[in-house]
Amino acid sequence: MWNLANPTRFLSIADRIIPWLAGLTFLLLGIGLYLAFFVAPPDYQQGETVKIMFVHVPCAWLAMFGYTLIAIASIGSLVWRHPLADVAAKTAAPIGATFTFVALVTGSLWGKPMWGTYWVWDARLTSMLVLFLLYLGLIALWQSIEEPGRAGRAAAILAIVGFINVPIIHFSVNWWNTLHQPASIFRAGGPTIDPSLLTPLFVMAAGFTLLFVLLHLLAMRAEILRRRVHALRQMHVERAAAA
Amino acid sequence: MSSAVALFRRDVLLAWREGGTTGTALGFYLVVVVLIPLGLGPDLNLLSRIAPGVLWVALLLASLLSADRIFHNDYEDGSLDVLAMGPLPLEVVAGAKSLAHWVTTGVPLALMAPVLGLLLNLPIEAYPLLMLSMLAGTPAVSFVAAIGAALTLGLRRSGVLLALLVLPLYVPVLIFGVATVSAASVGPASPWPPFLILCALSLASLVLAPIASAAALRTAMR
Repeated sequence: MWNLANPTRFLSIADRIIPWLAGLTFLLLGIGLYLAFFVAPPDYQQGETVKIMFVHVPCAWLAMFGYTLIAIASIGSLVWRHPLADVAAKTAAPIGATFTFVALVTGSLWGKPMWGTYWVWDARLTSMLVLFLLYLGLIALWQSIEEPGRAGRAAAILAIVGFINVPIIHFSVNWWNTLHQPASIFRAGGPTIDPSLLTPLFVMAAGFTLLFVLLHLLAMRAEILRRRVHALRQMHVERAAAA
Repeated sequence: MSSAVALFRRDVLLAWREGGTTGTALGFYLVVVVLIPLGLGPDLNLLSRIAPGVLWVALLLASLLSADRIFHNDYEDGSLDVLAMGPLPLEVVAGAKSLAHWVTTGVPLALMAPVLGLLLNLPIEAYPLLMLSMLAGTPAVSFVAAIGAALTLGLRRSGVLLALLVLPLYVPVLIFGVATVSAASVGPASPWPPFLILCALSLASLVLAPIASAAALRTAMR
């Protein structure tokens, strides 16, 4: 972890990893899409629409993964003052929000043929929507504080408060209403999904996860460079003012 | 302890003598509740069914109205810096100020709710639990609002940002508050389980929220 604390070293490692990672991501997504469209059988009840699952489920996982990542990075930046944790937390928020949005939209498109409506106020959908709002709050806070140091700490506090709240919100929304099918992959007694659908799902999940990591690395690199440009510009102005 | 009590009394007195804080919140609460039947039509059965939800949502909005003031005045005139340097831990300062916000906003709103319940045709039997659930739930509202107020301290448009940051965190309070009142007004479930969870939410935020507020205050005052 601490080897990566030096932004220059991080940049050189990221530069080396990114092309390989990009190749692997597109390979996995390509295989996953092929399996999803041409190999996986249509569901006996849901027909071809079941294939929305191959995008929907990985995005929903990554929406939660993204927030967890932000919370961990926030602890890293508050407790250990890790210089890159700040950058990691900031850049993960828009990516996580996008995956949450995609999960909501694909879920809504899947809901129309299955439940007969684009949106139902079911527990999981609602928690996802609240998660999306939490992401928006984080992004808004980053945008409204100009000084990056204060913005980082404030966003870190908010992220941790939100992370403590996510299970409480999920529990209370569950109490409130439930229609979505219960967890069917990670549960006691093994998955209830047929292996012919499960394999493409896992390939797609791996591909999307790599896509998340790839986008995150690219965004972190851009953010570090942006901060450098900012610092250089400021130095330039100060020097011009002194002269 | 005595200095924490003194700080709490000072904040309550300031809010009281300054005027406006409590009055604005109560007025806003009234206006929102009056607008709802105008938007939905005067069907008394419908209104009595949605009354618990309307009363709770309007209460959340009304109590957010004064939330960005929790630390603002003391931040502007520098007394917050003095408090931060004093012997009192910043967590206790944040807690005392949140508690003062509760007493000056949450409690009056909870006490006014039955009057508005009349406008919405809420069954009379539900009034004791309506007030009780609001008195039990509003501490969580004030203490979580204080986190948002500390995070947005000194920013432009802090009020709008505060609402965006804090309102999603109110989902549990809203759900269990409405569940308590609905159970009391229409049944058939017992209102006590959601009421007890509401109390638990308030107690937890009473303990945890000041820590986050104090951390946020430190970043704002650096």
